[in-house]
Amino acid sequence: MAVLVSTTVNGDPVEFACPEDETLLDSLRNRAGLTGVKEGCGTGDCGACSITLDGRLICSCLVLGVEANGREVGTVEGLSDGSNLHPLQEQFIEHAALQCGVCTPGFLVAANALLTRNPDPDEQEIRYALAGNLCRCTGYDKIVRAVQAAAAEMRG
Amino acid sequence: MQHDTSFTDQAFKVVGTRVNRPDGVDKVTGRARYGADAFAPGQLVGLVLRSPHAHATIKSIDTSAAEALPGVKAVLTADDLPENETNKGMMDILENCMARGRALYDGHAVAAVAAIDNQTARKALKLIKVDYELLPHVTDVDAAMQPGAPIVQPTVLDRETKEPTNVSRVSEFGHGDIDAGFAEADVIVEKSYKTEQTHQGYIEPHACLASLGPDGSGEMWVTTQGHFVFRNICAALLGLDIAKLKVTASEIGGGFGGKTHVWAEPLALAMSRKCNRPVKLVMTRDEVFRATGPTCSTSVDVKIGAKKDGTITAAYAALRYQNGAFQATWGMLGAMTSFACYDLANVKTVGYDVIVNRPKVAAYRAPSAPMAAFGVESTMDLVAAEIGMDAVDFRIKNAAKEGTRASYGPTYGPIGIGPTLDAAKNHAHMKAPLGKNQGRGMACGFWFNFGGQTCTDINIGIDGSITLTVGTVDVGGSRASLSLIAAEELGVAYETIKASVADTTSLGHNDMTEGSRGTFSSGMATIFAARNTIEVLKERAAKMWDIPVEEVAWEDGEASPVGDQHSNLTPLSLKEIAAKSPNTGGPIAGHNEVVADGAGVSFASHICDVEVDPETGSTRVIRYTVIQDAGKAIHPDYVEGQFQGGAAQGIGWALNEEYIYGDDGTLQNAGFLDYRIPVCSDLPFIDTQILEIPNPNHPYGVRGVGETSIVPPLAAIGNAVSNAAGVRMTHVPMSPPRILKAIEDAS
Amino acid sequence: MRFESPTTTQEAAALLAGESGSAHVLAGGTDLLVRMKAGMTEPDLVVDIKRIPSMQGIETSDSGCRIGAAVSGAEMNESDALKSLWPGVVEATNLIGSDQIQGRATMAGNLCNGSPAADSVPAMIAASAEVQIVGPAGSRTAPVQDIVTGPGQLSLAKGEVIEAITLPARGAGGGDAYLRFIPRTEMDIAVVSAGINLTVDGGTITSARVCLGAVAPTAVLVPDGAAAIVGSKLDDAALAALAAACSAACNPIDDKRGTIEYRTKVAGVLAKRAALIAFERAGGA
Repeated sequence: MAVLVSTTVNGDPVEFACPEDETLLDSLRNRAGLTGVKEGCGTGDCGACSITLDGRLICSCLVLGVEANGREVGTVEGLSDGSNLHPLQEQFIEHAALQCGVCTPGFLVAANALLTRNPDPDEQEIRYALAGNLCRCTGYDKIVRAVQAAAAEMRG
Repeated sequence: MQHDTSFTDQAFKVVGTRVNRPDGVDKVTGRARYGADAFAPGQLVGLVLRSPHAHATIKSIDTSAAEALPGVKAVLTADDLPENETNKGMMDILENCMARGRALYDGHAVAAVAAIDNQTARKALKLIKVDYELLPHVTDVDAAMQPGAPIVQPTVLDRETKEPTNVSRVSEFGHGDIDAGFAEADVIVEKSYKTEQTHQGYIEPHACLASLGPDGSGEMWVTTQGHFVFRNICAALLGLDIAKLKVTASEIGGGFGGKTHVWAEPLALAMSRKCNRPVKLVMTRDEVFRATGPTCSTSVDVKIGAKKDGTITAAYAALRYQNGAFQATWGMLGAMTSFACYDLANVKTVGYDVIVNRPKVAAYRAPSAPMAAFGVESTMDLVAAEIGMDAVDFRIKNAAKEGTRASYGPTYGPIGIGPTLDAAKNHAHMKAPLGKNQGRGMACGFWFNFGGQTCTDINIGIDGSITLTVGTVDVGGSRASLSLIAAEELGVAYETIKASVADTTSLGHNDMTEGSRGTFSSGMATIFAARNTIEVLKERAAKMWDIPVEEVAWEDGEASPVGDQHSNLTPLSLKEIAAKSPNTGGPIAGHNEVVADGAGVSFASHICDVEVDPETGSTRVIRYTVIQDAGKAIHPDYVEGQFQGGAAQGIGWALNEEYIYGDDGTLQNAGFLDYRIPVCSDLPFIDTQILEIPNPNHPYGVRGVGETSIVPPLAAIGNAVSNAAGVRMTHVPMSPPRILKAIEDAS
Repeated sequence: MRFESPTTTQEAAALLAGESGSAHVLAGGTDLLVRMKAGMTEPDLVVDIKRIPSMQGIETSDSGCRIGAAVSGAEMNESDALKSLWPGVVEATNLIGSDQIQGRATMAGNLCNGSPAADSVPAMIAASAEVQIVGPAGSRTAPVQDIVTGPGQLSLAKGEVIEAITLPARGAGGGDAYLRFIPRTEMDIAVVSAGINLTVDGGTITSARVCLGAVAPTAVLVPDGAAAIVGSKLDDAALAALAAACSAACNPIDDKRGTIEYRTKVAGVLAKRAALIAFERAGGA
């Protein structure tokens, strides 16, 4: 029996009905039209489904859709401010920190969570904070450089 | 029109600059649409039932309860996929997509359902009753070659004995006389190696949305490395006309060769046709590991003999590759690549292709080369040590060069192995000090690279902006490189060009993005399509000026009149000509179809530092350098990206990645938790050095670059571990328990 | 499947007790949803504990700490007070998975999943942590080491749910540490692990608790290992005896993550290294 979920996504009210055993990842993709979150594994090992829930970085494949009731969800679609890209988004493009790009939304959400709690991370702190996001294309080199550049830009 | 594809050694204006890619904004905002990101009205959820057994006869499949479940619209078994005129040469492919009477590996599809939602589809799968009779299985390549091993494909017969065998092919390459060569050697090293099975590990699982009507006409949205080939194969498998199946390539979330084959796509199409509704079929990560196309596991013997002065007198390798449950020639490919880096008078390689109860192997980035290189490059270090020669110098002495007869047959043109070795020798990495428990290793690698069928269109908008339509899927940023090429040829700004990958109704056939051919082939076709466009632009200028077209030249994005008699005429820009196009003959376009030939081989040398914890065997890569010949780096960022990505995959393969099979022949680690690819904190920055030894068969000198970088890491790390911990590892992955055991056995 | 989100512990216990089918507690979901995805678990009832106030929050004082069952590893990492009192317990919990996993995973969930390789458990046992349990029969307290009786098996009765985890008073001269071995740098399940808690006075170890993970069906307290170092200044002989006692206490299996031989050897290595860290934190070095 489907349950009605009332949530806020990227600041906007969103409602959907979903079965109780459906993941928030599937609810966001299939019911809220937000396909920026990706399923890479469905088991919390790859980070491609990363979102924030009440400001906390999590894997949406490990959350039930019904748990989002009354909570705030943040996805990659909420990173830019209208047509102004977030510095992380700009630096990812600038530094060629994406090849196929499927892991990129998850990395951006995770990197933003890192820089929100630690605006001046060193290389190892960046690497460990992003260990939950798998990339198979880049070897992470340009991703780390992009995060360093964005962090510097955001520190002003 | 025959085009001259020779290297022109021109100076470039935009090619070689680091521009932003055209699909960047879509990808960083989540707007880009991948295989699972398409939706159709009335779409059904497709799920596949898979064998839990490594080898079993399927005595019966009862789908009646599943078909009766409300919400189930189609149930599929092999009975729905009959052999016909168009697919009879492709039964291996069809049987791999769905078992025909026998399950050949853990995960082999036996049935499929399409239902109104995921819950119903899952329930339906559980209602399908399959009666299996277990058969003996074999999963190890060496075990499969033993007398008495369970036979996987009984129709494969030994050429001499005519008895069923798991060895489907034996291939031999080489030249000279290795017996004489070994007799001449002062030093001979002989060693055997084993590499475990790995998977391409793309983050995006296979996904498609198929819609096929009862009239044989339909469409499919799919994540693929080659939508034209997928179209041809699916059409043939299902008895459709190619032109009636429109296939659109989604953005692809990684392929590396693993998305060059069909698995679930024909099933989705067949179910869609059966119930006349769109079917969306997305694989789970578990299915991707169990039932797509990993690479081979291997067992390799290498023997190299050399004189005291470092000259290799003979080189031999026997390479045994398992191809999964169907015949293939990956072992042959391994035998071809083994000694490709070296100039050898006497060389022989023998490749064995072996069938086992594992998934059907697919290409994985320079397929078959990494395993052979692990054996050969490890042995090279051993020989160098025996002679007392530096490992790099030993390779430099024996490196292939222009005019060398390659061990696999052809004679090389100008190649980069010598230059990459020289660059490695002189690189700062080689001189950096090492700390406690740290060691440095290096290794070389090679890949052939391919050309293939390619079509490209250029269309000029009335405002002078340019559509570049290509048919090769963009796996890593090629749209940027191709736009640079078009901009270079036309003489216009990069920003005025928008490259896109067309669906199969909009262009002629294009081969896959594989074999490192995307930029090489579509780049070549783009060059000639642009030159074709320039001819049209010149004709239009001539018309606008009312002068003969022979008196029009094209330079820097403009038509200019040739000759003093036209000194009153000012040049016309592309934009100006476009604006007048409705009056001068209509839309302006250029086109090229080509079988791009002459792809240049790409060589690399890698340097690697590791630190080994002698009490636990834990091994970290602390510094890594890739030096590779790209011919011409159209977009250096993306060339570096290929170098780094390939190296990272090689590092994962060397240290941690392997398929683990149980005694029952089932895969034990079908997920990213226990199939361990490198995470961000596992790797250092990966330094790159791009060399450019132009490929004489491409106007810009382009060589494919995407694959070579995965070839050297296995041995580079093996050699580094040897120097760090004093143990020679012969079994990949060199996981901590294996390294610790080697350290303890040595002490 | 039914989903309930009670707001009191008693409600949660009653829901669990009253379910005739399979009932599961949902804290972070980092184990439960993985099992559901694999088809290994198909709950009839899921009880979400994250909206229960008495399961929230971290309280620290000189007489001990209380960590609500719904508290995530990320929250624990944000508590400077908890980190300074029990760095070993916090670092053990923080090793579970990625930052994303940390945003949800709880010690109580990690414990109740009953895995022999659970990261937080050896550190909790070494710290003499206890769990506060609420059930149909009322409330009770139990040591953490009594909760898991075998892989995936708990000593909790039907309807019992953990409300909080408590840590004793740290007292002077105390220090704890946790180390695990994994093949990569992150994201792996522990192949073998060691949690050590010491008190040190004047450079000499006065009490110790040594607990190993992933080397037996449940986490293993190693009294011989503790005895090997109590009364010592953690010199090489004491460390060697500790390592030997730990290797001797191992009863591991061969599986896709490690071999018997490997786990047995590395247990001793990790115990030594963890003891040195705990010793330094306790002011010994």
